[in-house]
Amino acid sequence: MLKVTDITIPELEPISFELTAGECLGVSGESGCGKTRLLRAIADMDEIEGLVCVDDICQPDVSGANWRKQVALLPAESQWWFDTVAPHFPDDVDYSALGFTEQVKGWSISRCSSGEKQRLSILRLLANKPQVLLLDEPTANLDAENARKVEAVIATYLETHKATAIWVSHDRAQLERVASKRYFDFSKNLMVLLAKGDSK
Amino acid sequence: MNTLISLSVYDLMLASLLVLALAGLGARLQLGITQQLLIAAIRTTAQLFFIGLVLKQVFETAQLPFIGLIMLVMLTVAAWEILSRQKRKIKGWWGFGISFFSLFVSSFLITLIALLLIIKTEPWYTPQYAIPLLGMLLGNTMNGIALGMDRLIQTAWQQRAIIEQRLMLGQTAMQAIREIRHESMRAGMIPIINAMAAAGIVSLPGMMTGQILSGTEPVEAVKYQILIMFMITAGTGFGVVAVLHLISKRLFDARDRLRFDQLLAEKL
Repeated sequence: MLKVTDITIPELEPISFELTAGECLGVSGESGCGKTRLLRAIADMDEIEGLVCVDDICQPDVSGANWRKQVALLPAESQWWFDTVAPHFPDDVDYSALGFTEQVKGWSISRCSSGEKQRLSILRLLANKPQVLLLDEPTANLDAENARKVEAVIATYLETHKATAIWVSHDRAQLERVASKRYFDFSKNLMVLLAKGDSK
Repeated sequence: MNTLISLSVYDLMLASLLVLALAGLGARLQLGITQQLLIAAIRTTAQLFFIGLVLKQVFETAQLPFIGLIMLVMLTVAAWEILSRQKRKIKGWWGFGISFFSLFVSSFLITLIALLLIIKTEPWYTPQYAIPLLGMLLGNTMNGIALGMDRLIQTAWQQRAIIEQRLMLGQTAMQAIREIRHESMRAGMIPIINAMAAAGIVSLPGMMTGQILSGTEPVEAVKYQILIMFMITAGTGFGVVAVLHLISKRLFDARDRLRFDQLLAEKL
């Protein structure tokens, strides 16, 4: 369970909400409205006011690194620092989950397309077995077929690991599919909590 | 075997004729270096005579407070020099404090060890040994520290997206800049490692040349040179380790978040 209490992002009202196990919160809104800052705040990447807790463990209770192992942020643009794919992953990763063969291990990062990097970065994120997934436009570089695959993989992960997710996307149709009950709409610089199906 | 030939004023004037000839040639060919060359030549003469007089005074009196003061001035100037070579630096007194402390480790402590345990001068602060040794260590370890510091800050700045990505994956601050630290350590140590490898074959180190010119047995001069080389290497190594550790700490906060607000903007 993820509990966010009074997170304060400049120019926005304090944000509070709760997600139960298996739930996925969709978030949409124009660029620059604070979506990414919200995710960074929950992942403890920026200094903020407010409190974030997962089950009964809150941000100040554990080190920054241990917090982020459990509350994993997928940035819109993934970064890679070794020359090939494999050193970025633990040994027991199942690359086939997003349509790769074992050969992907030897691929050179500089030759991967942005779509391939995006799919790999999702596998890398899930390899840590986090309790909370913070996904910043996780399918922005993917074609429809691969986007559906990612949606399915995330849904299965949330169910099997009793995890929660926040899914940021410009694609309202996608949010209707992935968000479990409701989503946030950042438009007009106001965050409005909508019930699923209320968007139009 | 003390066969030092003292140089007279006329000898130096003869040598200065070479510089003057070069300045004249520069002026004639309009190479635009004449003025700079002459000013630099005058500066070096004045500065060296001045330090010669100071050293003469220090050697004659050999009083600890005076020697300590000179050493402090040397350390301070070297610390400023390191900072002035940085493209981006740590804000405020932290920047100076980190360079000063690293130089203290790399030069002052190593000189102290050499004086107390190896050369065993009586008293330990005998200025004929203490001041040139400290000067040589400062001059040489300063390079390594400045290079390591610059590399760490510059690379961390360029790769800030990568560092944040590694933090997001649950790495600690030290894990997230591990490779950058390795690279910076190498950058700081390469000059002295190269100097050790080339010593005696490509170049005759300055101190050894000086000792031989002043009549010291070559093998004695070599022993001192080896001592100095080892001291510089150890000093550079410990100094770079100290500077990398302190700066890495300063780039992150207690929650292992990257904070570049600690840095001054790029020097133009």
